Amino acid sequence: MPIDFTLNGKRQSVDVPGTMPLLWVLRDTIGLTGTKFGCGVGQCGACTVQIDGQATKSCQTNVSTVAGKRVTTIEGLSVDRTHPVQRAWIEIDVPQCGYCQSGQIMAAAALLQKTPKPTDADIDTAMQGNICRCATYRAIRQAIHRASDLTAKGGAA
Amino acid sequence: MSVAVVNRRQFLKSSAAAAGGLIVGLRLGAALAPEAAEAAAAALPLNAFVHIGTDDLVTLIIHKSEMGQGTVTSLSMLLAEELECRWESIRNEFAPVTPAYGNLGVYGSNSIRSSWQQLRQAGATAREILISAAAQQWGVNRSICRAEKGTVVNTTSGARLTYGALAEAASKLPVPAAPTLKPSSAFKLIGTSVKRLDTPAKVDGSAQFGLDVRLPNMLYAVVERSPVFGGKVVSFDATKANAVPGVKQVVQVSTGVAVIADNTWAAMEARRALAVTWDEGANANVSSAGIRDLFVKLSGQPGAEARRVGDAATALASAAKRIEAVYEAPYLAHAPMEPLNCVAHVTSTSCEVWASTQAQSSARDIAARTSGIAPANVKVNTLFLGGGFGRRAQVDYIGEAVEVAKAVSVPVKVTWSREDDIRHDLYRPASYVKFSGGIDAAGWPVAITARVTCPSFGFGRGGVDSTAVEGITPNPYEIPNLLVEYQRADTGIPTTYWRSVGYSQNTFFMEAFLDELAAAGGKDPVEVRRRLLAGSPRMLAALNLAASKAGWGTPLPAGRGRGVSLVNNIGSFTAQIAEVSVEANTVHVHKIVCAVDCGVVVNPAGVASQIVSGIGTGLSAALKDAITIDHGRVVQGNFNNYRVMRMNEAPEIEVYWVPSENAPGGIGEASTPGVAPAVANAIFAATKTRVRVLPIRLG
Repeated sequence: MPIDFTLNGKRQSVDVPGTMPLLWVLRDTIGLTGTKFGCGVGQCGACTVQIDGQATKSCQTNVSTVAGKRVTTIEGLSVDRTHPVQRAWIEIDVPQCGYCQSGQIMAAAALLQKTPKPTDADIDTAMQGNICRCATYRAIRQAIHRASDLTAKGGAA
Repeated sequence: MSVAVVNRRQFLKSSAAAAGGLIVGLRLGAALAPEAAEAAAAALPLNAFVHIGTDDLVTLIIHKSEMGQGTVTSLSMLLAEELECRWESIRNEFAPVTPAYGNLGVYGSNSIRSSWQQLRQAGATAREILISAAAQQWGVNRSICRAEKGTVVNTTSGARLTYGALAEAASKLPVPAAPTLKPSSAFKLIGTSVKRLDTPAKVDGSAQFGLDVRLPNMLYAVVERSPVFGGKVVSFDATKANAVPGVKQVVQVSTGVAVIADNTWAAMEARRALAVTWDEGANANVSSAGIRDLFVKLSGQPGAEARRVGDAATALASAAKRIEAVYEAPYLAHAPMEPLNCVAHVTSTSCEVWASTQAQSSARDIAARTSGIAPANVKVNTLFLGGGFGRRAQVDYIGEAVEVAKAVSVPVKVTWSREDDIRHDLYRPASYVKFSGGIDAAGWPVAITARVTCPSFGFGRGGVDSTAVEGITPNPYEIPNLLVEYQRADTGIPTTYWRSVGYSQNTFFMEAFLDELAAAGGKDPVEVRRRLLAGSPRMLAALNLAASKAGWGTPLPAGRGRGVSLVNNIGSFTAQIAEVSVEANTVHVHKIVCAVDCGVVVNPAGVASQIVSGIGTGLSAALKDAITIDHGRVVQGNFNNYRVMRMNEAPEIEVYWVPSENAPGGIGEASTPGVAPAVANAIFAATKTRVRVLPIRLG
């Protein structure tokens, strides 16, 4: 039974077992490798995508559960790195190894949609599920504040 | 400079073909559109590191792995400083394994140190060839020509030729003798905070890590490995595994049983359905408690002498006060964000691997040995590394992937789960140190003895493993009487480099014990260190800078304490001061001030990032979880029980450097060793509780 959903604004249909995690459907079946595998148990956040705008760990999401929903991955956040979160990340030069950053960015973008002016405490709470082994945490926090400012100045979040 | 020119066009052509038209990981340049990639493919090699296209794009070849250190950017800066190209014109590729690049491998925070002369030289050589080509074209003496922003200028006529216009002629000219390099006063790029070249690709998902490689007809594999170190497969039943949809093949390999499928998840599901009988071998009863018993027993006997200064026994006997203490640190896993993985493709005549690796030359060698293909016919493609920390300097996972790939005719990607990564690592060894220290009547330290009981870091030599004692000896101080002994403990647990290697634990031991001596003598910890640093002005300057910036000696809010630590490793001098408080036995690290003398700072922003990152690694090791062993198995398996620092735990960090004209030191491992002792010493300052065991557990 094909499973239909909207992926980065386009209709997507996959014919895979419904219990297959969305992470592996994205990476292996569809070929969008920006979403990363980090732990497989929902502990690290590297696989974070947005489902109907909610930050969601795709390694813990059976693909059958996204039928009819809107899935956004890092590749779909913007076509040209102009999403305010991406602009802020570039401005602050956040990434080091960069492996966790797709997940960090997707979590940050979801946070700003709900909370356009987050406090440090809001950020810490929202981002606690995303590990960065290079410890770019303070730069991420700074970039989220910056993205908030950029959004307020007219960028569309 | 003598260089063997890589046949780059050939290389790109075959890679592109193998990748089905995709350029996989070879191009790192931000946002390189396919058409731009095609255009850049016309670039002409002026030497091994600088290729210039007729389109004016400059391709700089990066012969060190990028695992977050900013190598692509900082090495490009070294080349571009002398090349005088436009920064915006730069594209990058990772080097292939050829003699032109020597032994490819990244460890010991060596990328900038080993490239400092080499790459400025390569940039200068390419610039001189371009100037010669322009002079020939104009029929003028090259002395009136000058390179500037990607062009050569005729200073008499004002005429200009772009590097692209000169590339073809330049690529046919002989390589000149080593040109004179710029003095530091003329640097335009070096010393400035240049934005990372790899950031754009790392914010839109396009950066290609090892795990992201996709090739036509590629299959996906996982490997069930022996739960006990050194165990072997006796037999296995793959009936249920083979029944999982998508499974192609189940094969035995040296490390265990590989399941090959048409996607990663199917391979993982099938692996769970495998029934494997293991011969658990000699390590089946190894446990952390038993390892500690062995350490205690060995530490009761004299070890091999690692260092002797003065006469520590006599000085201790006559000391006004004598302090004894035992310090311990656990096994640690590397746990880079990107789990280990490797794509391999073996045919009857060739072997190609795609990997995020710190050790391309070793990767080529193990791929050749495993495949039976001559090294000349083995190709290693380097991708971005999602962290390395020393784990990816090992090539076991590459050899294993090649072995799996031999079972099929198509490329295979072997993916390690996080549990595989944590349970089949090669670990930072545990260590156990017995200290004695003496202070004189005035309260100053006069003698230290240290007996280090620690497995070797994997070098297997007899006598002293210098890595296992580094940080205790050498150390930054002039201690008048010092005796360091080494007892090698063989435990059956595999070990290797881990960010800052022996310093990662010995700096904790040494700096915390020195703090004990300072307290016993009633001395200020910074004062004691200053007194012992008479012979090390660079270390002293870093200490003084950190102390001044941290406000050492100034009042703190109630319940807070400051602790200091010093380390001189990887050619750099690093001082840290941590500010902590303790609440219900939980340690809060509020702030860390770090001052470093790492010689010439190539990219200040890059240095700051590496200091912050190294502190993060050190904080996880100091405060979070250890690797423990039960029945020859690693107990921890994922980030739930091998916890690492998260955002809410990240302290404020201030980074300063001592201005220096010295050649660059390393930076990637500079700040990790000093974190645990600075925090432990701050805990003592705040609570009078002495921490002697890592990870730190109070109460």
